[in-house]
Amino acid sequence: MSSDVEDISDLEVQQEILVAGNPTFEKITDVVSRIVEGKPTRWWYGLFTVSVLLTIMLAANLVYLFWEGTGIWGLNNPVGWGWAIVNFVFWVGIGHAGTLISAILFLLRQRWRTSINRFAEAMTIFAVICALLFPAIHVGRVWVLYWVFPLPNQMSMWPNWRSPLLWDTFAVSTYFTCSLLFWYVGLVPDLATLRDRARSRLRKIFYGIFSLGWRGGNRQWRHYELAYLVLAGVSTPLVLSVHSIVSTDFATSLLPGWHTTIFPPYFVAGAIFSGFAMVLTLSLIARKVFGLEDIITPRTLERMNKIILVTGMMVGYAYAMEFFIAWYSGNGYEKFAFVNRAFGPYAWAYWIMVSCNVIVPQLFWSKKLRNSIPVMFVASILINVGMWFERFVIVVTLSRDFLPSSWDYYSPTAYDVMLLIGSFGLFFTMFLLFLRFLPMVAMSEVKGVLPQADPHYHPPGGGS
Amino acid sequence: MKSSFKPLPEITLAEFASPEQLLTAAEKMRESGYTRFDCHSPFPIHGMDDAMGLGRSPLGYIVGVMGSVGLLGMLLLTWWTSAVDYPFVISGKPYFSWQAYIPVVFAITVLFSAFGAFFGMLSLNQLPRLFHPVFGSERFGRVTDGGFFVSVQADDALYEREKVAAFLESIGGKNVEVVTGDED
Repeated sequence: MSSDVEDISDLEVQQEILVAGNPTFEKITDVVSRIVEGKPTRWWYGLFTVSVLLTIMLAANLVYLFWEGTGIWGLNNPVGWGWAIVNFVFWVGIGHAGTLISAILFLLRQRWRTSINRFAEAMTIFAVICALLFPAIHVGRVWVLYWVFPLPNQMSMWPNWRSPLLWDTFAVSTYFTCSLLFWYVGLVPDLATLRDRARSRLRKIFYGIFSLGWRGGNRQWRHYELAYLVLAGVSTPLVLSVHSIVSTDFATSLLPGWHTTIFPPYFVAGAIFSGFAMVLTLSLIARKVFGLEDIITPRTLERMNKIILVTGMMVGYAYAMEFFIAWYSGNGYEKFAFVNRAFGPYAWAYWIMVSCNVIVPQLFWSKKLRNSIPVMFVASILINVGMWFERFVIVVTLSRDFLPSSWDYYSPTAYDVMLLIGSFGLFFTMFLLFLRFLPMVAMSEVKGVLPQADPHYHPPGGGS
Repeated sequence: MKSSFKPLPEITLAEFASPEQLLTAAEKMRESGYTRFDCHSPFPIHGMDDAMGLGRSPLGYIVGVMGSVGLLGMLLLTWWTSAVDYPFVISGKPYFSWQAYIPVVFAITVLFSAFGAFFGMLSLNQLPRLFHPVFGSERFGRVTDGGFFVSVQADDALYEREKVAAFLESIGGKNVEVVTGDED
């Protein structure tokens, strides 16, 4: 009886063709593997050169930073946290969409995710690497960074477990490790595909080692599927917890504009919002450059736009509610902090944030606009600009603290700017290497959602 | 090349045309009493565990144990470091303010569970194992593309080369071949 119910629900799920043109299993393998096996295009080389140059610029800046200290940044007396923390929150936030797609949508049986989950997860890992860079360098004396870990040392001191900055260390490094394991587990069957297709000796050795000798037997699949499910299960709370903990860096302080209980959910919604925008940007480029229009279908893109619309509305609600509570609390400092955000010296940043994060996503109410590729491409970039500014607006609230005599205007230096741009270089270098050497679409998962993958499938027009 | 590992038994392979045929083959293999066989496919097939007569993977227990070790271990570490080894008053809070330690304890619990899932899966699957007799078959490479195979190991009680081959063909298997792992 229970098996009948399962069959019916399966049929309903499969009514929608998730992959356009309903290709064969071999066709999927071929379309995805060809990208990795062929010579890279001129586009790839061009983008890669630019990214590597930016990464070199990042490295040079880091060397100078370590030599000279954080004095090269635009930090001043009230604004003791600058772009380093803005960039950290921005990059961690980007990562969250990848985990949402790979873990939460997997648990919710949203099978359309299979076409985008691999590179969304890759995006998560590279974004978290960029994110980890900034708190590491903003401590100033990077050579004592190991103090954040509970390692026995000559001072017999231990970390302060009550500190949100320490929570960050544990939350983000756990997040990175779990994402990496999840990504790698997903990659193993696809690496085996590349191993079996490999012609050159080097490729055979490389993919042979990393596919661990995968044989695709059901005795392996049954442990594999449960491991995948468990990893999805343990990553799911991370989607909510990591950015909540990041928000406590601000929320557990006693500063007006920061000390609010709305921060954790507001940060999580913002993270998913910006992360989906980034997935959208990357998938639009990837499907165009690599000809994956059939696998990353317009329906998938439209669904991502709907999620962007929902999370964008949540972010807009949080902006409005912050203002409301500032007024409703009757706290003069809180009220000042918010009036100052919208109409003070950083009003320009505030209104960039509001236009990009609240107004731009409203376009997606229209079915026509959320299906238009140019519109969604521009919108996805604007949203990430807006989300970067959101964190900037939060941080520069510091510029006008309790005493007007200590107010100061914060502006970044060239080094701040170069570090931000350099982190994009690092991100894209890693991402382009990923596109070049690893399958960017989860082949075994896409094959699994084809109608003929169901053992109860009967091809249309009779026969079995 | 002779390896120092325990040699793996010889294996008979047969190819099937579709997930449906593989599932039926698995049922027939089990009904005929075979135990040391496996069904290979490019993706996991729904219902195959039941067809092969496999129970639920014990991986969940490994994850549960690992997660508990992470949880208790981290609670112990935070308690010992902050209340025993170096008690220090911070913001007038108790030495062991466990509520404030939950974020790190939670993170380590998740981390250990993930390690349990990953390494537990590898050890249950005996991976990495870079060499296996089935890789001796040219055709078997299709299993990661669009091919469906049944493999029967020689240490199965019912294994006899000719009988197994005949049986696999009778349930719809094509291209039956024997791989021993001794080649090259």
